[in-house]
Amino acid sequence: MTANAPGAPVVRLTGVSKAFGATGSSSTTPTVALSNISLDIQRGEFVSLIGPSGCGKSTLLRLVGDLTEPTGGTVQVNGKPAGQARLDRDYGMVFQSPTLFDWRTVEENVRLPLELFGYDNAARAERTSEMLELVRLTDFARHRPYQLSGGMQQRVAIARALAFSPSLLLMDEPFGALDEMTRERMNSEVLSIWARTGITVIFVTHSIPEAVFLSSRVAVMSARPGRITRVVDVDLPRPRGLETRESTAYFSFITEVREALRAGQGTETDLASVERTAAEGLIG
Amino acid sequence: MDAVRRYLPAALILVGVLVAWEVSVQVSQVQGFILPAPSAIWAALAENWTEGYAILPAARVTLFEAMGGLVLGTVLGVITAFVVSRFPASRDTVLPLAIAINAIPIIAFAPVANNWFGILSPLSKMAIAAALVYFPIMINVLRGLTQVEESALELMRSYAAGPAAVTRQVRVPNALPFFLTGLKVATTLSLIGAVVGEYFGGLSATLGRVVVAAASELRFDVTWAAILIVSLGGIALYLGVVVLERLLIPWHPSVRGERPA
Repeated sequence: MTANAPGAPVVRLTGVSKAFGATGSSSTTPTVALSNISLDIQRGEFVSLIGPSGCGKSTLLRLVGDLTEPTGGTVQVNGKPAGQARLDRDYGMVFQSPTLFDWRTVEENVRLPLELFGYDNAARAERTSEMLELVRLTDFARHRPYQLSGGMQQRVAIARALAFSPSLLLMDEPFGALDEMTRERMNSEVLSIWARTGITVIFVTHSIPEAVFLSSRVAVMSARPGRITRVVDVDLPRPRGLETRESTAYFSFITEVREALRAGQGTETDLASVERTAAEGLIG
Repeated sequence: MDAVRRYLPAALILVGVLVAWEVSVQVSQVQGFILPAPSAIWAALAENWTEGYAILPAARVTLFEAMGGLVLGTVLGVITAFVVSRFPASRDTVLPLAIAINAIPIIAFAPVANNWFGILSPLSKMAIAAALVYFPIMINVLRGLTQVEESALELMRSYAAGPAAVTRQVRVPNALPFFLTGLKVATTLSLIGAVVGEYFGGLSATLGRVVVAAASELRFDVTWAAILIVSLGGIALYLGVVVLERLLIPWHPSVRGERPA
């Protein structure tokens, strides 16, 4: 919702690092979560961040959203410091848990940011019904969160995140808690929403197939301290659907990402721990 | 029909106890001043409803005192909770004080309150009731205001929402179930506070004074009748809060019937 020079990246990370516990007390050695991350994300891209548990990918997303501050480097969103972008409400965010308010109905939940941002009643009603249509939950407008399944709740969270038409959507493992089939369906839904709105998306995930299926590019991160090992350009044709998931190219991109992940684990001397990390979270 | 089935066991037990009580008193010919039979208690209640010990007008005054104390204690408790949640630094000062005050036995505080506020004044009983009500309300509301999901606070931060908006949109609705739980405890305590205060002195037309007067004249049937009315009053207030819950937090799992409060 604010002007950025055309062709300028929506998000620019320059030499970003984040250390926890670096408060000057000598008893705790700081944990370096992220080290020297540089990445540009262009308008309309769909970029996934993938990496082993603890690699800092969620932290990186939070840095973009100014929910935490870097200890080094700069984060620019829409040509502004991340903090200003947050104050200007340039992005919407979807968390791992839907974080809906129990005391509000589905449509009241979607309406929340519109109320906070001072939209008038007519605009609120219009945007809310548009968003519910977008996520195909119009019939559930008067329901309460507890009456919806996990997947439906996340759709409400997505509707809420897009309600005020941000140019950037940050998603932190939104489908992690869902079963495989629901997850695949949600992937298709997100892609159709992305195609319809032209929004820029940064998507954090544990799942290699999900990252490859959704993204234009996959940024592969190493184990802590997190660095970007490799950025894989996923050159699969769009629109992507069932045929995509069964194509040879899809599998070869998955392999490429997997190998980049293994490379980022450090030395391969402890093969068992590498296998364990792979088994833990990276098998889609 | 569901409600009938749910409460049938409790009702049957109650009836069973009353029958056993009545029968054992009749059979054992125990003296009325030791343990009156339920029938004798009922008779005493009927006789002294508006005449004699005048339990009904006494109940009205006691209820008034209890309600006054409930409102006073609730208001003070809620205000304290909001202040401590807004200024977390004050927590370490306020909480220990509140805990210390709460630890003062009410039996000790009641005569003091009577002395401060006037033994015949309803205000002294309200003060005692308020003293009992304050802590459960305060501690529950404080928890409700502060025990908010971290992700909800992050969400509000992503909206660049100020503390006032966060309080209004997140903390207060979150605190409602906690407040109502505290209120359930508080209503019972407010009655206890009023009656115990009356034990140490007060207007004769109060349930506490009726209990004391009847006991001193060995009319234990009347004593039990008065106690019965106090209990019924407590139950009625509790049910009032239950109704309030249905109205205010129908979305809460405890109210929509999934798990107990």
